[in-house]
Amino acid sequence: MRYNSDNFMKKPEHPLNGLIRKDRIPHIWCSGCGIGTVFSSCLTSIKNSGLDLNKFAMVSGIGCSGRAAGYVKLDSFHTTHGRAIPFATGLKLANTDLNVIVFSGDGDLFAIGGNHFIHAARRNMDITVICVNNFIYGMTGGQVAATTPHSAISTTTPFGNPESPFNLPLLAYASGATYVARWTMLHVRDLTESIGEALSRKGFSFIEILSPCPINYGRRNKKLPMEILKMYQENTIIKNNADPAELDIDFERGVILGKFIDKDRPTYTENYDKICRSTQNV
Amino acid sequence: MNFWRVPLDTNEIDVVHGEVHIIDDRCKGCGYCIEFCPRHILEFSLQFNAKGYHPPVVKNFKDCVNCHYCEVICPEFAIFSVEVDEPPVV
Ligand code: SF4
Ligand code: SF4
Ligand code: SF4
Repeated sequence: MRYNSDNFMKKPEHPLNGLIRKDRIPHIWCSGCGIGTVFSSCLTSIKNSGLDLNKFAMVSGIGCSGRAAGYVKLDSFHTTHGRAIPFATGLKLANTDLNVIVFSGDGDLFAIGGNHFIHAARRNMDITVICVNNFIYGMTGGQVAATTPHSAISTTTPFGNPESPFNLPLLAYASGATYVARWTMLHVRDLTESIGEALSRKGFSFIEILSPCPINYGRRNKKLPMEILKMYQENTIIKNNADPAELDIDFERGVILGKFIDKDRPTYTENYDKICRSTQNV
Repeated sequence: MNFWRVPLDTNEIDVVHGEVHIIDDRCKGCGYCIEFCPRHILEFSLQFNAKGYHPPVVKNFKDCVNCHYCEVICPEFAIFSVEVDEPPVV
């Protein structure tokens, strides 16, 4: 029987061990859940950025993805449901040197916290929002979400979903985000690069990552995790600068991935300094 | 390494070697590393880890090219590779 040997000459550590709370690993996410991959990619981008780790803060809301704040060995904040963005906004305004990352799920960011998302994008708050989109409320048992496709069965839509799902990059763009990208957790190298880019630029950055929830979406819709990853591999098209209006998710037709928006616009802080702190007001 | 057509400069190219490390008790047996390793050098172990999953084992140490894909796709921080000069003999 083959087994993993302990006799390597020297035993190196996992390269991300310094950024995770090792005592809390294995984490709570189910086998095959994509959140762990997205989380790991985000940590790699933070590590590769070369920025001072004391200047990072990670903020999460509620839900499976929201657990990320509890596993990262950086300043982090696990907030109330849907409110990750307002907390992040507060952190950023109180200490503009911080790199603030919001790591949360589609339900938390776009249903419970939808209003906060559009207004932070409108204000062009200088934060990076990473949204793990698994098309379902995973933690609460698989209820229909604002991102669930029509064809999907959930505990609250046993015959299919009559509601139309959000096109998240279009929503982000229309609200005023200055960086918008979409990847899947299988495209992890592009994702890591994209998060790095988002961290290094100013303004409101949004990255959507399609990710499997094998337990509460896959099982009910008869999709094994490996089949979902194969679908990410075969039914996606990378098209940078695609028109946000054509980014509806339809795996039959092919889902468009890439970086869609990367533009400059004054951030909230810049406008605040210019308008409220200018000499004539003092 | 087996090539479909031997590249002309095959003698001049240094193939990078990697050494894969697996932290058995972190693994949840999703199999992503096994499926997506471009060299197909991993397989499920017959053994169980502490949580009752089958972690991957390396079936062919000398073929790892240190691409790190297993490391980046793993949701569990359970596998990683490091560059080595010679293919490891384990
Ligand atoms: S319920 Fe779904 S989203 Fe939550 S940890 Fe399990 S697989 Fe991941
Ligand atoms: S580093 Fe690349 S070649 Fe080596 S085991 Fe991992 S995926 Fe396979
Ligand atoms: S990807 Fe990670 S969790 Fe999945 S089988 Fe490989 S080592 Fe285990």
